[in-house]
Amino acid sequence: MTLLTRWLTSQAGTPYITSFISKPRIPFMRRYFRNFPRSVALVVMAVVSLLTLSLARAENEVTVKGGSSFKPVTIAVTTFQGEGDIGTKLTSVINNNFKRSVFLLPVDAVGAVSNPDAAPDMTPFRSVNAQYVVTGRLTRQGDGRLKAGFRLWDVASGAQAAGQEYFADANNSRRVAHMISDAIFTKITGEKGFFDTRIVFVDETGPKERRIKRLAIMDQDGANVRYLTKGNDLVVTPRFSPTSQDLTYMAFDNGEPKVYMLNIDSGQREVVGQFPGMTFSPRFSPDGQKIIMSLSQGSSSNLYTMDLRSRQTTRLTDTPAIDTSPSYSPDGSKIVFESDRGGSQQIYVSSASGGAAQRISFGDGHYSTPVWSPRGDYIAFTRQRAGSFAIGVMKPDGSGERILTEGYHNEGPTWAPNGLYVMFFRDPGGAAGAKLHMVDIFGRGEFAVPTPSYGSDPTWSPLLN
Amino acid sequence: MSILLAGRTFRLIAALGAGLALSACAKNSADDLMGGSGANGANGMNGGLANAGASTPGSIQDFTVNVGDRVFFESDQTDLNSTGQATLDKQARWLSQYGTYAFTVEGHADERGTREYNFALGARRAESVKSYLISKGIASARIKTVSYGKERPVATCNDISCWSQNRRAVTVLNGGQS
Repeated sequence: MTLLTRWLTSQAGTPYITSFISKPRIPFMRRYFRNFPRSVALVVMAVVSLLTLSLARAENEVTVKGGSSFKPVTIAVTTFQGEGDIGTKLTSVINNNFKRSVFLLPVDAVGAVSNPDAAPDMTPFRSVNAQYVVTGRLTRQGDGRLKAGFRLWDVASGAQAAGQEYFADANNSRRVAHMISDAIFTKITGEKGFFDTRIVFVDETGPKERRIKRLAIMDQDGANVRYLTKGNDLVVTPRFSPTSQDLTYMAFDNGEPKVYMLNIDSGQREVVGQFPGMTFSPRFSPDGQKIIMSLSQGSSSNLYTMDLRSRQTTRLTDTPAIDTSPSYSPDGSKIVFESDRGGSQQIYVSSASGGAAQRISFGDGHYSTPVWSPRGDYIAFTRQRAGSFAIGVMKPDGSGERILTEGYHNEGPTWAPNGLYVMFFRDPGGAAGAKLHMVDIFGRGEFAVPTPSYGSDPTWSPLLN
Repeated sequence: MSILLAGRTFRLIAALGAGLALSACAKNSADDLMGGSGANGANGMNGGLANAGASTPGSIQDFTVNVGDRVFFESDQTDLNSTGQATLDKQARWLSQYGTYAFTVEGHADERGTREYNFALGARRAESVKSYLISKGIASARIKTVSYGKERPVATCNDISCWSQNRRAVTVLNGGQS
């Protein structure tokens, strides 16, 4: 039995400390703003492995890959017992997660088992063709904390495949549901999870001619929406730091559009660099220490980086063209960006230090907003042709292009941290506004991501745990 | 203090401009389909407001109503067409006559493009107008440019009658005489 202690950033719940092992790394922005109070509570959750037995059957049978023979793994999540409504809610969060995972298919309305701590009678689960069963129990601790334990059972063998316990503040039960979802997803697919993540997006209200845009943050399933800006300034294209609680985005302050950085915890904001012109389309480097962006001067836009430690800026491209939407490869050695240097918007790859760039998009129409997958294997993009806007992926050498969704207007993909899904926005046009959607990289399942009003420009956080 | 005042006036004018363009939109969508560049929208606006009068020569309203504050672009283009050049010739004459105004050229794009590119495209359109006005003798020190990308459309519908009005560069006079 192993005991893991992790530091987690919580958005709800009272802070409490139990054992604490290693010193947390201080993110960059916090070094800059260490005098500001940290508004977000830190919560320790202990994760206990319960009697983890090896699977009787082959693991990773849900091969996360393409092919028409794909079948999702069916899973029956029984109602977590012990704390009434909390268990029902937690179970529903897990089921909702799995529905959008595409690779797992939850069996509906399986109810509760008599004893969630023992191997259940598999007969009813076999009859609904479930391959796995999840049982769970919630227990209120003496100090008010909630203990949430789950067990994953292999229906064919009847053996327990996984089991873990989580300790959390009671009003953090959604968070626990996401962590349990990730643990189960990983156990079955062999892939990293993506449920314990957040989305920052641009909340849009008001008439289209004078849209009010605010940065907002929420859980990946749309819960716990919180606004990060007030709507006084127009804000667009937020991007998560891969290493800290910072965002970079473009905002109009006093009518001057520039790239900013915002710390989600402290609310502190600063301009990124002192550039003689509009800066836009920012994105962090994979180590979180640089921001790459476009600078508009005259009629051209070129790519620059700013080192966040030294504040030194470096010019990467020098063309009369529009070079924008830069994104790093996960190892930081290359960048992908769009440029109209060849006459229309196309996707190019070059060294992260600039220099010769190789065009990788060659289909009909225009290609834009390339984003390198955190796994490195694909580049997601927007493709515009014949009056439609599609979201697609291609390999970094331009081969293997696959359109995941296409329609009147789809734009702005962002990757889930496991590289298996992209989120984007879809705008029906006219006086209406955009909404967020997600799709897996094989285009098998597409789902709306709920937002309070119109939403655009999503950016997916790294895994929180 | 003076900056604050200028900012307020700027916003007022921007709102006024948007309102005018909207009413022109409803009226002139058919004209735009026939007439192309969308300059009809501005001309229509002039006609519609002629009876309103109240445009003191040299006032911001005089500029907006009698000269025309905007030019339009073809899809994904930043070149000025002959209608646009004619409008800018009028602007240059007016701006030369009333030489105390500083102004901002706002570049805009329609919604049929991606966000980042549209900011760059709007910047190019504003630059295109700025260069033209400089070539007609307007001092570059009087001219600022800003791009709004596709963030501030004046017409919202799913066809070219709206997109053509949104692909624009608008010359916005600073309220205070500088």
